[in-house]
Amino acid sequence: MTPPSAAAVSPAPLPGPGLVPQACRLCGERSAPAPQAVCSSCLGPLEPVYDPARRLPSRAEIARRPPSLWRYREWLPVTGEPVHSLDSGFTPLLEAPRLARLLGVARALVKNDAVSHPSLSFKDRVVATALNAAAALGLGTVGCASTGNLANAVAAQAARAGLAAWIFIPHDLELGKVVGTAVYGANLVRVQGTYDDVNRLCAQVADRFGWGLVNLNLRGYYGEGSKTMAFEIAEQLGWRLPSAVVVPMAGGSLLTKLHKGFGEVTAARLASGSPPRLYGAQAAGCAPIVELVERGGDLIRPVVPDTIARSIAIGNPADGRFAAQAIRASGGHAQAVSDPELVEGIRLLAREAGVFTETAGGATVAAALALARAGRFRPDDELVLCITGNGLKTVEALRGALSEAPVIPPKLSAVASLASA
Amino acid sequence: MAVQLHIPGMLAPLAGGGRSIAAQGATVGEVVADVAARHPALAGKLRDERGEPYPYVLFYLNDGDIRLAQGFGTPVRDGDEIVVVPALSGG
Repeated sequence: MTPPSAAAVSPAPLPGPGLVPQACRLCGERSAPAPQAVCSSCLGPLEPVYDPARRLPSRAEIARRPPSLWRYREWLPVTGEPVHSLDSGFTPLLEAPRLARLLGVARALVKNDAVSHPSLSFKDRVVATALNAAAALGLGTVGCASTGNLANAVAAQAARAGLAAWIFIPHDLELGKVVGTAVYGANLVRVQGTYDDVNRLCAQVADRFGWGLVNLNLRGYYGEGSKTMAFEIAEQLGWRLPSAVVVPMAGGSLLTKLHKGFGEVTAARLASGSPPRLYGAQAAGCAPIVELVERGGDLIRPVVPDTIARSIAIGNPADGRFAAQAIRASGGHAQAVSDPELVEGIRLLAREAGVFTETAGGATVAAALALARAGRFRPDDELVLCITGNGLKTVEALRGALSEAPVIPPKLSAVASLASA
Repeated sequence: MAVQLHIPGMLAPLAGGGRSIAAQGATVGEVVADVAARHPALAGKLRDERGEPYPYVLFYLNDGDIRLAQGFGTPVRDGDEIVVVPALSGG
């Protein structure tokens, strides 16, 4: 009898991640899993297609799973076992009673992705999804066009996954976002121009080099990760939906995916309540989606950004029309705020809720205040502010906005003088 | 004016396989019309039925978004490069 070969006695390898197919949001044409984000027939956006007959977990099953975004895996495009970034997601939902009083609502909560693992922004969610898509497609090099937070997330998660990374950013981003990318050893490229110039270049890069650029040719899979924020909010509220949510808008994808996520939570009968009204926030120096919501219609009018809120400075938002549609469908609205207002928003959130956010979060808080003044909220509203990034990344925004701390000799009397002042 | 129009790889089969197409015209719109006349299968991915830019591609003239200039009416010069990319990317 021939002894079994080494291969025959080795344990079967664990199944790696697979992917669901995609279909065009416009014409419905199906595509097999591929590093492709637009329909080959009409160039419309591809979105993952889920088997409507797939088995969905109960609340109790979800509760037994690890506290990460993968506890909602049935609503993510990765099939089989994910292999990268298993511990991203499930950020805190914080009660903010003083903010609630300021906003004139019954309850205000902060969804705090400023402490997201590993790179301190909500982009960890989409990158976790995209890197597993890259693994399923056998891609060894990933990358992105980024305003900063995505750069950090791709660099950190690619380093951990052992993937090569090419990351393209505007040349003049905040220091924290540059350092927070370069430290992971990624190929970081600073491009002369705005984010929209970077994005156009990366569309050509994806076409030429075949890398997995998470927000270009992996975009259909990538975006789905944002839905997990909606699932978490519902679960953290005891499987109840809030009545209103304020979201920063850059490309418009997060708001669009929150709309989808709240709809899926409802359709799965996991949560009670109606899907929330969605309110989008932008900086006045780059507010093409706000302009579209106010003007009506479907066509974005691109702008050249002029704001300190670099993380949301996208003048040509790819999902702008879809975000505007989601806002209208939900009964919400959109609000632009000035740079001084968003800086005050950063300070207000820190003082009133103990959360230090970056400029996009400042815009979210400032927009919420403006919406409250305009009577957009109701006294019985349960309002969630989506805080998507950490303030340590954009300390430049606060230059001159905070009083200088006193310098004293190491003497108790000096402290006493300060304390009695 | 003689210019080069660069299209994404996924559209290349509609233009005989090439990604760069030499074309003529005084404006971006005229260049696109020239290309559309010679590559009818590609035409519908560059212009809509009203002759306006197809909404799911973007046109860049020498790296500048033509929507921030005069759209299809943006003048071109000899040696200019027009890049077409899918509209849905980034963010």
